[in-house]
Parts: sequence; structure tokens; C-alpha cells
Amino acid sequence: MDHTPRQLFAMIRAGMEKEVLASNAPWYCVSCYFCMARCPQEIHITDIMYTLKRMAIENGHYEDATAPDLSKSFVGQVENYGRSFELGLATRHYLRHMPSKLFKSAQMGMGMLSRERLDLSPNRIEGTKQLQSILQRAKELEGVA
Amino acid sequence: MSDNHEKERVGVYVCHCGTNISATVNVEDVAVWAREDMSDEGVVVSRDYKFMCSSLGQEMIERDIEEEGLTRVVVAACSPHLHEATFRGACDRAGMNPYLCELVSIREQVSWVHTDKEAATQKAKAVISGGIERVIENEPLDPLFVPIHPDTLVVGGGIAGIQAALEIADSGKKVYLVERDPSIGGHMAQFDKTFPTLDCAACILTPKMVTAGNHPNIELLTWSEVERVEGYVGNFVVTIKKKPRYVDTELCTGCGICWEKCPKKVIDTEYEAGVGYRTAVYTPFAQAVPKYPVIDPETCTFFLNGKCKACQILCPTDAIDFEQKEEFISVQVGNIILATGFDVFDARRIPQYGYGRLANVFTSLEFERMCNAAGPTNGEIVLRDGVTQPKSVGIVHCVGSRDRRYNNYCSVICCMSSLKFAHLVKEHTDAEIYDFYIDMRTAYKDYDEFYLRIMEEGTNFIRGRVAEITDAARNLEEEGKLIIQAEDTLAGRQRRIPVDMVILALALEPRHDANQVAKKFGISCSHSGWFIEKHPKLDPVATMTEGIFIAGAATGPKDIPSSVAQGSAAAARVLSFIGQGEIELEPIRATINAQQCSGCRICNTMCPFNAILFHEDLMVSEINHALCQGCGTCVAACPAGAISGSGFSNEQIMSQIEGMMRLDMPRLVEMVPV
Amino acid sequence: MSRYLFYPGCSLQRSARPYLDSLNAISADLDLEIEDVNDWNCCGATEYGSVYRVPAHALVGRNLALAQQQVNGSKTLMAACSACYLNLVKTNYFMREDIRLRTNVNDALGVGGLHYDPDAVVVRHLLDIFYNDIGLEEIQARVVRPLKGLRVAPYYGCMIVRPDPEHRFDNPEYPQALDKLLKVLGAEVIDFPLKTHCCSGHMTQISPEVAYELIRRLVDGADQYRTDIMVTLCPMCQLNLDAYQGDMNQHFKTNYHVPVLYFTQLIGLAFGYEPLELGIGREFIAAREALAKIGVEVPEPAEAKPRRKRSRKDDPSLPMPIMPDDEEVA
Repeated sequence: MDHTPRQLFAMIRAGMEKEVLASNAPWYCVSCYFCMARCPQEIHITDIMYTLKRMAIENGHYEDATAPDLSKSFVGQVENYGRSFELGLATRHYLRHMPSKLFKSAQMGMGMLSRERLDLSPNRIEGTKQLQSILQRAKELEGVA
Repeated sequence: MSDNHEKERVGVYVCHCGTNISATVNVEDVAVWAREDMSDEGVVVSRDYKFMCSSLGQEMIERDIEEEGLTRVVVAACSPHLHEATFRGACDRAGMNPYLCELVSIREQVSWVHTDKEAATQKAKAVISGGIERVIENEPLDPLFVPIHPDTLVVGGGIAGIQAALEIADSGKKVYLVERDPSIGGHMAQFDKTFPTLDCAACILTPKMVTAGNHPNIELLTWSEVERVEGYVGNFVVTIKKKPRYVDTELCTGCGICWEKCPKKVIDTEYEAGVGYRTAVYTPFAQAVPKYPVIDPETCTFFLNGKCKACQILCPTDAIDFEQKEEFISVQVGNIILATGFDVFDARRIPQYGYGRLANVFTSLEFERMCNAAGPTNGEIVLRDGVTQPKSVGIVHCVGSRDRRYNNYCSVICCMSSLKFAHLVKEHTDAEIYDFYIDMRTAYKDYDEFYLRIMEEGTNFIRGRVAEITDAARNLEEEGKLIIQAEDTLAGRQRRIPVDMVILALALEPRHDANQVAKKFGISCSHSGWFIEKHPKLDPVATMTEGIFIAGAATGPKDIPSSVAQGSAAAARVLSFIGQGEIELEPIRATINAQQCSGCRICNTMCPFNAILFHEDLMVSEINHALCQGCGTCVAACPAGAISGSGFSNEQIMSQIEGMMRLDMPRLVEMVPV
Repeated sequence: MSRYLFYPGCSLQRSARPYLDSLNAISADLDLEIEDVNDWNCCGATEYGSVYRVPAHALVGRNLALAQQQVNGSKTLMAACSACYLNLVKTNYFMREDIRLRTNVNDALGVGGLHYDPDAVVVRHLLDIFYNDIGLEEIQARVVRPLKGLRVAPYYGCMIVRPDPEHRFDNPEYPQALDKLLKVLGAEVIDFPLKTHCCSGHMTQISPEVAYELIRRLVDGADQYRTDIMVTLCPMCQLNLDAYQGDMNQHFKTNYHVPVLYFTQLIGLAFGYEPLELGIGREFIAAREALAKIGVEVPEPAEAKPRRKRSRKDDPSLPMPIMPDDEEVA
């Protein structure tokens, strides 16, 4: 974690946009909401982290692409199938970002397969077209279509 | 509307209040309107002025009364709360009965709450029109003078209450000091040393306690509570419940054999803050004033199952009386001072700090008792096992304070208490100390110097609010310890510090029954629950209820010097009333038209001041004007409409409404932008 | 019959299949009628919201809108996966509080012929239903094989209890629902201090070292209490603690062996079902050995947590504060 949340806020107040969006701190957020539950000023810290992630992707400022790419791959899959597809996601992701760990990941995959906990092909919903049209409209409204 | 208005000569004064009113209301226009459009109603003079409450403004009114022969005055300015007395005083000086002057608010009710200038100006005119119609219906009234009873009631025997009682008693006046615990002393009696001087709390408190206990002018009513308050300033009648001690104070010598021999030991959650024990018959601490013990019926073996009675058997003067009943006494006082103190935050509300689950997390009060040489560990600083000395101690600031989820105020004294604890730990042990703070609030005399001293003594200060205190160790170093996790904001990283013991600096909170107490005395509590003073800056010990004063931590977290100062301040105010001997009461009171009264007696039962008598022979009710407070309850309740409030008659109220309605009022509801 | 709408979520289909199997096994016993939301789609996990905002809420909104169409009396929408649950709760909450978002999301949903009115369904977690609707008494009444002697660590994970602006369920720092439920099953429930600490979520895919450390802390924490089984209610938590325990061991050169099962599986065992019916056997860290203890008398452990002491003569220790729920939870 490059910066603590408190440091990020101070940097935001100081107008250090580039450094804030380049920080890896929001990408290390696991959304456990401990910070939000405990903040005495009731600041929505986790939600701000999500916003910073979105802004970083929009601006392309992040330095390490591992986390942003994972999110983007996930998004692509969900938009295609309406469901997540772990095998596809993991393969693509490891190939791009952690090729050295691909073998170990494959071992884990075999373990999941043998325990009937992994699908070899993606599941699809019926309303994929409906979902895609909804999401397309939503992106237009967000201004990122 | 009556046909008086032909005869009256009304003066209207519209205040600019700097720009407070004039920025929103077109005051010149309003003044002109009053002169022209309201002349039929009797307005002969109409002026606008920058600051009506200034001497020049007041003189303007006085001059017009004399030169123009005014018989009624309407001032359109701020709230009557602030300056009604000012303008009525001006009228009085010019020879006009002050109750023929009305102050209508075009500031709090118009310029400060609206932004639309046209609409606000129109509303101001409506308000003034109402005021003019009303004042025409006003009758001259003469004030009532009531005597001030020279006795005073002080509720709460902590340092503020004791100080107030001593000040009043020393001046020769009688004080009833009521305290709900068995002894006076309050929270200060629990402390070990006090900051910044590190005086022993008991050493400086007990002399005052003893003086109060022996003072010829102080009647000490401990183990007692106020049951009911009736009457009004200068003339309160207070019913006090004396809880049964089950000890005859005429016979008891305070020898202590009863509590020495009592076989029933229970956890003392009051004085010992839950870390020590007491017996079922007990005095809370050795220097208790008065010295008489009490028996706790909820834990005493005799009360629970009829056995034991060891205390009674062994008492050399036969002072134990299990048959004793609670006693109600009634006292008459002129003034009341509430100095009921504070409670502490319940640390169990913050589960991540581990209080109650992790044995060695202590609260500030528990730690005070531990440090105290007369406390449960004889002054030894030890872990919960009662034996082991800690080698490292963590002190956590702001537990329950400065937190929107619990109390969003600062409790003022915890930074200094925490520094004091750091010092006491260093004094008693060799432990390494870690103090976790957000800001160091050391604002008063010698406080910051104390901070420097503690820094020099070698405490480790870490600037960061503690996130959690846990026993889940991550490595060998943390095994068996309490780990305090916080962000060291100055170093910019998260730190985990393993310690043996943690002290939580708890927030101060209002007494948990503060709301009920306030209701009993007719005062109010703030949003956070503290008693509200009349004015936060200029009148810190008075309340909106005449004759009731407040002092000490009951009004908000404060340190001992401030509590003592407020105790003295409240006493001074009371003595000034007593010194005057009588007080002028507003003549706003109700009168019953005997012709219209049907004798239904609804008013008798409704009157909160018991001011209405019923004449059996005539079958009509009559109001005692000395007791009547002009609250208006009976006026509203009378089904025959036979009761009228002087200063608030039906004619006056209806005229005011009609006056306001005569103008075309625009829609003044302002939409808040989404 | 209590009828509930159900949002299964992607994991329950395959990677957390045992969770679904065990739920189905016990639902008949508990008079629970479960109706899946028609053609539900993925909730977006924590990924979608990191890229988009309105589309992320529209993605979840489609599920809420479909559920709204199926409301027929009961309007409770159950979710078993904590992330799915939280996403449903958040979208409903933000659509209620933020007029602009509500308008935009319904605009987007409208393109698909759908619409959602905030609070048309009430989103609740499966554990919430078990604890508050079914109730511990009903569950206890059906226990035929008490899990006596089994030391279990209730592990809630983070998203079921936080964030908590509307106090939707249990205490966000120190919840008790699962603890009490496991207790009525007869198990020995440890007071697990890390019960709401995050399992690391998707960090296994981003920074494995960080993930392994978070997993290690939890497994080690449970291990310190000699836990037989960690009990969870979220597929992500189960996956991380179970499937990655081996990798974590390799990374730290440790050899923890703490099996991780779903609470529905434990309920099933207590109700007398066979392990295979409940999907037991498909975990990476085998629960076989630990379960061999069921039905076997185990002596009381030597070191108990300090109990509330009666004051005895010569006992120097100081009393502990009195807690609201003063039951012994070993």
C-alpha cells in the first residue's frame, strides 16, 4: 500500500490528482469496510476507494495494471455471458500478468475440477441481449459509452 | 376588535439591526407604509433606525412618547427574548406603562429565515400590522413583587455542589445539600491524583467535605433524592425522599464494626468502578461524609432471605434498624442549584477495543481506583489477575468522544487524564508506556507544561486513533499480549504494539437520567444531553427557568477548576437574589370572570402551580395571583371561556391574528435545491 | 411453508456447490420454500464497481427488477453469498437515497423493459433468515445428532455485517448470530477474535503474497484455539481459506490443517444427514478427521478461559466487567 487512506485524503485536499490516481492503495482495498465501520467522522472511505479506482481506469494513471486488468476482464465476461466464468478469467489473467504462477494456478484448477467445483465452459443467461442493452444505456448515462 | 383604536396614538419603530434585517427587509419602505397605510389604526409616528436597542434608539422612543403623546409603542426588531425588557424599560422611563409596548420579531422570524426580499418585506409588514392591532388591546399592568426565600437547595454533592453550598453557607444563609449516594464527594473522591499539579484528590477534597458536613448552615441530605419540585423562583417547595439507610443516624457512631463483620461481599460497581468489592452494609469510602453506613437491600442477606443480621447483633449502639422506612420531607427554598455531575461512556459499546472480553483492558475510572492507595490493589498497578505487574501499558484517547457514532464532542479532560496516567504508571512501575492520541488538548493553565514534563519522562507518543485491540497474535512477539493496532499518522504507516495492559480514556457523558431530572426541575437538556445554560457565553450558570441554576460537569465536560468556578458563580447568582430580598415577577397572569365561571373545576386540576382555589360556597374558582405563572393552561382549558390572561387576553390574540391576516401574504415556503 | 425469493449467485453454481447442496438438503426440514429469481445475472462482485458506477448498479438492478416481478406476498430476497448480498443491499440503498442514480438506473433498466422501485424487495442474508425468521428454537428442535465435542470457529467474514448504516443485521464488529446457531447445534464454539476479519477477497489474483498473509492470520488464529472446523457463510471466504490453504502453507512453510465448511453443512450434519448429501468431501482441506469426533465424548479442555470469579478469600484478582450477554462461549 503506497499510501494510507488518510494520506490519500490529504493529497486529494492538496490537489495532487496525478499522484492520487497513480497510487496503488485503492487497488489493495479488499472492500472489507472495516474503515467505514470505524471512522469517527463517518467518511465513506471504501466507497471513495471505488471511485478512485474508476477514475484511475478512466484516466489510465495506474502504474501496476494487474488489478485494473482483472476488473476489466471480469467486466468483459459478465457482459458477454451474464455470469462470471472463473476458468476463462483465471487463464487470461495469469497469462497476462502472472505467467510464472500459471503452473501453480493450473494445479489449483485441476484440484477444483476433480472436486466438481469448476466449470469447463461458461454458463449463459437467457437475457444476454437484454442485459447488454441495459448496460450500454447505463454507460451512455454515465458518460463513458 | 374593540373600539379603543380611535383613541390610541401608536409609535412604530422599525430596526435595521445593522444589515441583519435591512439586507432582506426593505425597512424604509416598511416604516413609510406604517405611517401611511396604518394611520387609520392609530399610527402617528413611524421611524426606522439602524440600531433601536442603542441608547440613541431608546431615547428616540422616549422623546416621541413625551413630545408626540404616544400611548402605545410597537418596535419591529429582534426577538423579545433579547430586547423586550430594553424597550419596555425605555417606555417606563418616559412615563408610559411598559406593558403598552410590544416587540415583534422581524429578524428571527423574517429576515433570518427568508431570502426572497419582496416576500420578506411583505411578511414584515404583516407581522407589524399584527403587533399594532394587538398593542391597542393591551392594558397597563403592574409588576408583582414576591419575596425570595433565603434558603437554597443544592442538588448534587460533588465538587461543584460542595463549592456552591460552602459559598452560600459561609455568607450566613442556609443550604440543603441533597446527594443520592451515601456520601458526598462525587467522582473526584474516586480519583487518585489530579492534574496538572498531581495533588492527591482526596487530600484536597476531604477538607471541603468535612467543612460541608460540619457547617452549621448546611443541612446534609445524603442517600436522598429530590422527588418533586413545586412553585417558582423565590418560592420553591421541594419534596425530598430520604432513602432508608437502615441505620439510625442518631445512634450510629461510625465505628465500622458492621461493615468489618458483614459476611456478604459484592462487587462495588459504584465507587470502585467494578474492580473492587464492598460489603452489603457499607460506607463507600473511608473518608465518607457523613460517616453513617447504609445497607444495600438488593444484596443484604437479611433482606434476601431473612437470615444473618450480623451487623445488628454486633452494633455497640444498636443503631441498625431493618424496619426503617423511606421518609419524605418538604423544604421551602428560594433558589435551586443543580450540580449533578456526569457519567462515563460504556466501553462495551466499542467491541473492537475488547473491554469486557479481554481481561487486561481497563477503563480510566477502573485505573484511577487501581492507582489509589486506598483502592482495591492498595495502589499497586497490576493486571486483572491482581498480582502481575505490567511491563508495557497502552493508553487510548477519545474512547467514545469525537466520534459521530457515539458522542461527537470532545470530553475535554481525557488528554490530561491520559498524561496523568502515563505519569502514574511511570511512578509505580518500570513499564514502557505507549500513548495513542489524535490531538493533545492541553489548553489551560500549566497543562501544556505538564505535557512537556510527561514527554520528558519518556512516554512513547503515537499520533493515531486506535483501530482495534486484540489478542489475535500474528507472531511470537505478540503471543500472550494485547496488541494495539493504529496508524502512526506521523510516520505514515500502520503499527501494531504488543502491551500487557490497556487503559481506555472514556468519554464523559451526561447522567443517564439527566432528561428526567431536567423535566423534574423544568429545565432543558441539549442535543447531547447536557443541561442547557441560559446563554453559552454570557450566562453559563443560569437556565431559562428563573431560580434554577446549574454548575459543574452537569452542563458539559469540564475539569475541576472550571467546576469549582461554576459552583462559586452559581452561588454568587443565588446570593444576589437573596440579597435583593424580593424579585419582580412579570404580571402576566390569569384572571377568572366569576360571572362566567360554572364551577366545573377543570382549571383547578390542570394548574401546574396549584394556583387556583375553589370557593365551595360560591361554586366558583379563583386564581391566586401570587402563585400564578401565566402559563395559560387554564385559559385554554376553560370550557366556558371564563378565564383571561392579562397580557394574553383573547382580544389581544385575536387582534394580532387579524392584523397579520389583513395583508396579502405570498407563498413563503422556499424549496431546497436537490 | 415459508416462501423466499433466492438469488444464488455465480459461486453457488459450481465453486461453492456444497453450499447450495446442503441448503437444499435442509430446507425441507425447515419448511423453507426457495424460489430462484428468473434468469438472474452475475452481481458484479467487487470488480464491476471498480470500473463503472451506473452500469454496476444497473447490473445488480436487473436482478432486483426481476425479483420485484416475482414478489407474491413474500418480498424477502435471500442471498447466500456475502458479496452478492452486499451488492444487492447497496444498489437498493443507493437507489433509494440518490434520486439521480435511481432515475439513471431505471432509465437503463427501461431499455430492457424492466423497472425497480427501491425497497420493493427486502434483501437479507441466508444466515439472517436462519437466525431471525426460522429461529434457534426451531433449529434446535430438529437436531438429532448434536455436534458435541466439535470445536468450531464461527467465521463471518466482512461483507455480511459491514457496512452497517441501517443496522441491517447483527453487530458489525462482534456479531453473535452464527456463534449462537452453532451452539444450539451442540458444538463447542470458540470466541474467535478474527471472526469478521477479511479473507482477502480477490487479492489471491492480484497479489498472492498479501492474500496468503491474510489467510494465514485467520487460519493461524483458528488453529491457536485448537479449532476442529472453521464455519463460514460466504463462498469467497470458503474458497480462500480452503482452496488456498495449501498454497499458503507452501508459502510460509507451515502445515496448518483447518477444514472450512459452510454453516448449512453443519446444520445438515446435526440434522442427521450423511456428509455426502451435504457436499462434504469436496473441500481441499479434508474435514474427515475432524468430523470423526462427532458423537464421541471429548473431555473438557484443560485451559478454560477465565470464568467470572466468585470472590474467595485470598483471591487477589480483580473482577471482570459485567457483559450484557453473560453466557460462557468457551
